[in-house]
Amino acid sequence: MAHIQIFGSLRDLFDGQAAIEMDVRNLRDLLTKLPQAYPDCAEEIEEGVSVSIDGKIINDDWFRPIHADSEVVVLPRIVGG
Amino acid sequence: MSEYQAREFKVLGQRLKRPDGFDKVTGRARYGADVEAAGMLHGRILRSPHAHARIVSIDTSAAEALNGVKAVITRADFPQAAKGYEDIQDNCMAGERALYDGHAVAAVAATSKRIAKQALKLIKVEYEVLPHVTGVEQAIAPGAPIVQPGKVSKRVPEGFSDNVVRYTSFGHGDVEAGFAKADAVIEREYRTEASHQGYIEPHACLATLDEDGRGDLWVCTQGHYFIRDMSCAVLGLESANLRVTASEIGGGFGGKTTVFVEPVALALAKKSGHAVKLVMTREEVLRATGPTVSTYMQVKLGLNKDGIITAAYARLFYQAGAYKQGTADFGAMPAFAPYELENVHTEGLDVITNRPRTASYRAPGAPTACYAAESAIDEACLELGLDPLEVRLKNAAKEGTKSSYGPTYQDHGLIQCLEAVKDTEHWNAPLAANQGRGLAAGFWFNFGGETSVSVFLNTDGSVTVTEANPDIGGSRASISMMVAEEFGINYEQVRTTVTDTGSMGQNEPTHGSRVTFAVGMAAIKASREIKADIQQRLAKMWDVSADQVIWQDGKAHCTDNSKGIEPMSLPEIGAIANNTGGPIGAHHGANMEGAGVAFGVHICDTEVDPETGFVSVKRYTAIQDAGKMIQPDYVEGQLQGGAVQGIGWALNEEYVYGDDGRLQNPGFLDYRIPVASDMPMIDTVIVEVPNPGHPFGVRGVGETPIVPPLAAVGNAVSRATNVRLRHLPMSPPRVLAAIQSA
Repeated sequence: MAHIQIFGSLRDLFDGQAAIEMDVRNLRDLLTKLPQAYPDCAEEIEEGVSVSIDGKIINDDWFRPIHADSEVVVLPRIVGG
Repeated sequence: MSEYQAREFKVLGQRLKRPDGFDKVTGRARYGADVEAAGMLHGRILRSPHAHARIVSIDTSAAEALNGVKAVITRADFPQAAKGYEDIQDNCMAGERALYDGHAVAAVAATSKRIAKQALKLIKVEYEVLPHVTGVEQAIAPGAPIVQPGKVSKRVPEGFSDNVVRYTSFGHGDVEAGFAKADAVIEREYRTEASHQGYIEPHACLATLDEDGRGDLWVCTQGHYFIRDMSCAVLGLESANLRVTASEIGGGFGGKTTVFVEPVALALAKKSGHAVKLVMTREEVLRATGPTVSTYMQVKLGLNKDGIITAAYARLFYQAGAYKQGTADFGAMPAFAPYELENVHTEGLDVITNRPRTASYRAPGAPTACYAAESAIDEACLELGLDPLEVRLKNAAKEGTKSSYGPTYQDHGLIQCLEAVKDTEHWNAPLAANQGRGLAAGFWFNFGGETSVSVFLNTDGSVTVTEANPDIGGSRASISMMVAEEFGINYEQVRTTVTDTGSMGQNEPTHGSRVTFAVGMAAIKASREIKADIQQRLAKMWDVSADQVIWQDGKAHCTDNSKGIEPMSLPEIGAIANNTGGPIGAHHGANMEGAGVAFGVHICDTEVDPETGFVSVKRYTAIQDAGKMIQPDYVEGQLQGGAVQGIGWALNEEYVYGDDGRLQNPGFLDYRIPVASDMPMIDTVIVEVPNPGHPFGVRGVGETPIVPPLAAVGNAVSRATNVRLRHLPMSPPRVLAAIQSA
């Protein structure tokens, strides 16, 4: 089970929880299962999010592995200038 | 797994000749406006003179009847935009309402610029003028004119007008408990005005689009794939049918990552049946292309006498222009990112107004947030009589620090940057009368993204790299250097060219400080595939196993000395490519993840004339962790450019709106960016803490340098005057008023 951290205002989309446990193998798994378990976050996920896995910002790499001891943080989608 | 492997570099770190130098200094380089086509028409755009108005009707008949006019278009000529692209289409051409001064409402294509301009005057637009709002604080107040009804996200707190459309927050710990432990708690408000990216080259393009929806677009842009995809989404085209070629670029800084005139030129080309060239005037650039946000920011900071920040809080209102954006997220995340804080909470609120749709500008959202945070830290240091450098060192984030926005940091060089400050002659130099010294730290995330690169070994042994990211900061040289390093050959043997969307797979734009990191890594990986292919070929030729062929000092060597085989160079290998299996090349397409964060620290000395309020920057040093420098001139140039743009934002640059909601200063005479004679030499110190996510340790360096200057300059001016200025830009009237009211 991966430990998924939910920060700040995103918690409103996850029943107010600061962290959730979820059985996910990779980013695709995470992005598929999050809206199934927490429908309020579906719109945010569809609009695009970034996910920090072990300190690295991952935007779209579905098959980026998530391990049981991975630090996973859901963030707004990172862009740049 | 770490991509980085420590090694000794032979090519990286050298100040090698830039490949575009001669073309740019002799005028041979072809920019957006330099492209022409036989029989092309000239496009012009009619823009709203009102900040907010309903478009009752548009009569184009007189313009269409003018001799030489070949097409007139309005929004009626655009199809329904693809889902998610409605705002981009509406910003390119207004629909039911004009939402800001300068919003496009119609366009013409004619046989000359003069006729096109004349035709615009013949278009009759009937407007119903509506109430408008351009100021961020006015826009958030209950009862403010609503710019776009129905845009408010669910999470926006109550108590604001419906112009506050998006809310986000970050943090951890208990800030109230942290403030209770502090020896000093300061609560302050800071404001910044909108600035423009200030690129010298206005937006320009040449478009063709035939009856079957096939076309070409030549354009100055930071990302021709974004331009293609956005244009197709706005005009209902297939991506494969629109080939986009990027010109040389005269600056972008984030502002050229979206479309403004390109879909308009394509629509005119389709309607007229001719190629259409569209070049913005400077006034159009300032009125209608993406400036950055203006802000209203509240900060509360708790500091102990021993220099530990006990709690930090910021609430950031970001004025986003007429359309919903998410820039406040990128203020709320990096505001306190340089620090290891037990208690931190940041909130970002995006506010829409009757102003142009904001666009990215180097580290979008971060400079203003860090201005507020770093100013508050300076104010707290002054209140407790603490050294601002020591306080930053005591609280600095390090490897393993839980960042204020969530992730735990890996290796980075913030502490090395702060330590480097101590060692500079600048930090230890005395100050003269009316002078002050400011210090500020800054952060940007950096990212990689989708990247495609092809590398070929030519028959003479030279190497061609084909990539598709406009070169805005020296990437062609940097990529060539990384490929030369990988092959162990000279830089001059490698040439990197930027190709069009029809010749290469998808690429993100040149943004997010990504290209040297991401394209460089893809080029290294393609080069390694070529080396592996060569190993296989030579193994067959030498009758050994592939692992007995190794690559050393630019040549393939056979490790079986009993064979007596001489090493082969790339020219020798290229010459027999057709005999050993055909052309040698490799393509690497990947989503390049693993960009490392980048921290910087800036020192600024200013002198303030107490009689006029004029501020001059006397000395400036920018220090940054680059991971591994590829070409030092370019890295230093990024730091210097970011510093100068930040200084302009802090001292001069400002969008000034009248009571009528119209922009008062749409020209470089009244919107003043710094010029060389305004600036001292910007000194640089480059720290190198390798990024574990890149084979050579590279970090992006393009965005972080604009993050600290606003606060560094602000802190310097405030220390020079003994008056805290909390509103940027610190133009002479504002500074003088602050001095006189103290």
